[in-house]
Amino acid sequence: MVTENEIWQILQEVKDPEVPVLSVVDLGIVRHVQTEGDKILLTITPTYSGCPAMDVINMDIRLKLIEKGYRDVTINQQLAPAWTTDWMSEAGKQKLKAYGIAPPIYGSKSATGNLFSEEAVPCPRCNSVATKLISQFASTACKSMYRCLDCKEAFDYFKCH
Amino acid sequence: MTQPADTDLSHALTPEAWAFLLHLADNALILGQRNAEWCGHGPALEQDIAITNISLDLIGQARNFYQYAAGAYNAMSILNKTAVDHLLPRLWKGYDRQLEEDDLAFLREERQYLNLLISELPKGDWAQTVLRQFFFSAFQYQQYNDLLQAEDEQLAGIAAKSLKEVAYHLRWSSEWVIRLGDGTAESHARIDNALKELWPFTGEFFTPASYELRDTSTYSTAWSDRVTAVFEEATLPTPEGAALGARLQKGGKEGIHTEYLGILLSEMQYLQRTYPNAVW
Repeated sequence: MVTENEIWQILQEVKDPEVPVLSVVDLGIVRHVQTEGDKILLTITPTYSGCPAMDVINMDIRLKLIEKGYRDVTINQQLAPAWTTDWMSEAGKQKLKAYGIAPPIYGSKSATGNLFSEEAVPCPRCNSVATKLISQFASTACKSMYRCLDCKEAFDYFKCH
Repeated sequence: MTQPADTDLSHALTPEAWAFLLHLADNALILGQRNAEWCGHGPALEQDIAITNISLDLIGQARNFYQYAAGAYNAMSILNKTAVDHLLPRLWKGYDRQLEEDDLAFLREERQYLNLLISELPKGDWAQTVLRQFFFSAFQYQQYNDLLQAEDEQLAGIAAKSLKEVAYHLRWSSEWVIRLGDGTAESHARIDNALKELWPFTGEFFTPASYELRDTSTYSTAWSDRVTAVFEEATLPTPEGAALGARLQKGGKEGIHTEYLGILLSEMQYLQRTYPNAVW
C-alpha cells in the first residue's frame, strides 16, 4: 500500500529537464495523484501545447517511480483547465530566482496588452526594475529574454501564461 | 504514451465535427511546418528562436487536435466511419491497427488536407512570413476565443490552452508588421509587396466550409478592426478590395490546394512513407 502523500513526496524529486531546479510539483503540472493498492494514477497538464519537455517529464516520472518500486503507473494528460503560471508554487518561484531566472509575476496576464509595452520584470540578480525586453521568445517556449540596465546581465523571465 | 484523460467519447463526434477537427489541426500543422523552415535562417538569433517557438506551439496544437481526432475515430460507429472514409490515409488502411495521430499528420494525400491556403504559401521573405503570421494569428485568436463556448469540452479545452499561446503570436507578429511598415523604405516596400501577395487569401478565413461547426464569418469584423489598427500604426494602406468578394483565393478547406502544398508534404511525409511506422 502506498499513500498519495508518499507519491507527492517522490514527485518532488522529478525535475523539469529544462529548468532543473524546479520539480514537477513546483511547476504545478501534477493535477491529481490517485492510488489503489500499488496502482498509481497520475494526471498531468502540459505547460505549452508543443513543449518538448513534456514527453521527457512523463518518462522521468515513470523512471523515478520504478526506482522507488512502483511499476503500475498510468499517466493521463488533461488539457482543461489550462495550466497557468499562477499554479507555480512560491517555493518554486524562489528557486527560479536563485537559479537566475525571473519568476512569473502572479496574476499577470499573458500577452494581450498594448503593443510594445513592457512589464517591469525585476532582475533576478540585482533586483533592479530597470530592465528591458530583448525577445518575447527565448531558450524555451515558456521564457522570454530580458536585459538588466543596471547590472548589464541578460536574464530569462519565466513568462506569464 | 500518455492518453488524453478528458477525451470524452460518450458523445460520439459527427462526421462534420470530425472533419472540422482535421481542419483545425491541418491549419496549425502546415503553418508550423512552414515556419520551421526558418530554423537556422532567421534574420537575427532572437527572431530565429521566436519564429521556431511559434512553430513549436502550432505543431503542439496540431498534435492535440490529431490525438483527439484519432481517438474519436476509433470510437465511432461504422456508419460515421464510412462517412469520413475519404479523409483517411490509404496506407494506414493496410496497417490493420487503430488510427493514431501520426497517421493523420503524415500519411494523408494532398487532397485530404483541409488547411487554409494561406498556411501553405511559401515562407517568402521575413515580411511575408510576419504578415502571414499576423493575418493567421489574428484569425486564430478570434476562432479559439469562439471555440471556448463549444459544447464539446475537449475542443473547448484545446482552444483554451492554445489561446494563451496565440496571444503571444499575435502580439509578436503585430509588432513586426508595425516595425517593417513604419521602418525604412526597403522594409516598407517589402511588407507592401507581401500585402499584395497575401491579401487575396484572407477571404477564406471567413467563408465557412460545409463541415464548420461555427460561423467563421462572424469573426470578420473583429479581425478587420485588428488589421486596421495595426496597419494605421504601420503606415500601411488599407488594402483595396476589402470586400470579401475581392479576396477570392480559396479551396484549401475543401482539399483544393495550391501547388506549394504537395512540395511541403513530400518533405514532411518522407520519413513515415519511407520507413512505415517508424518511431522516434
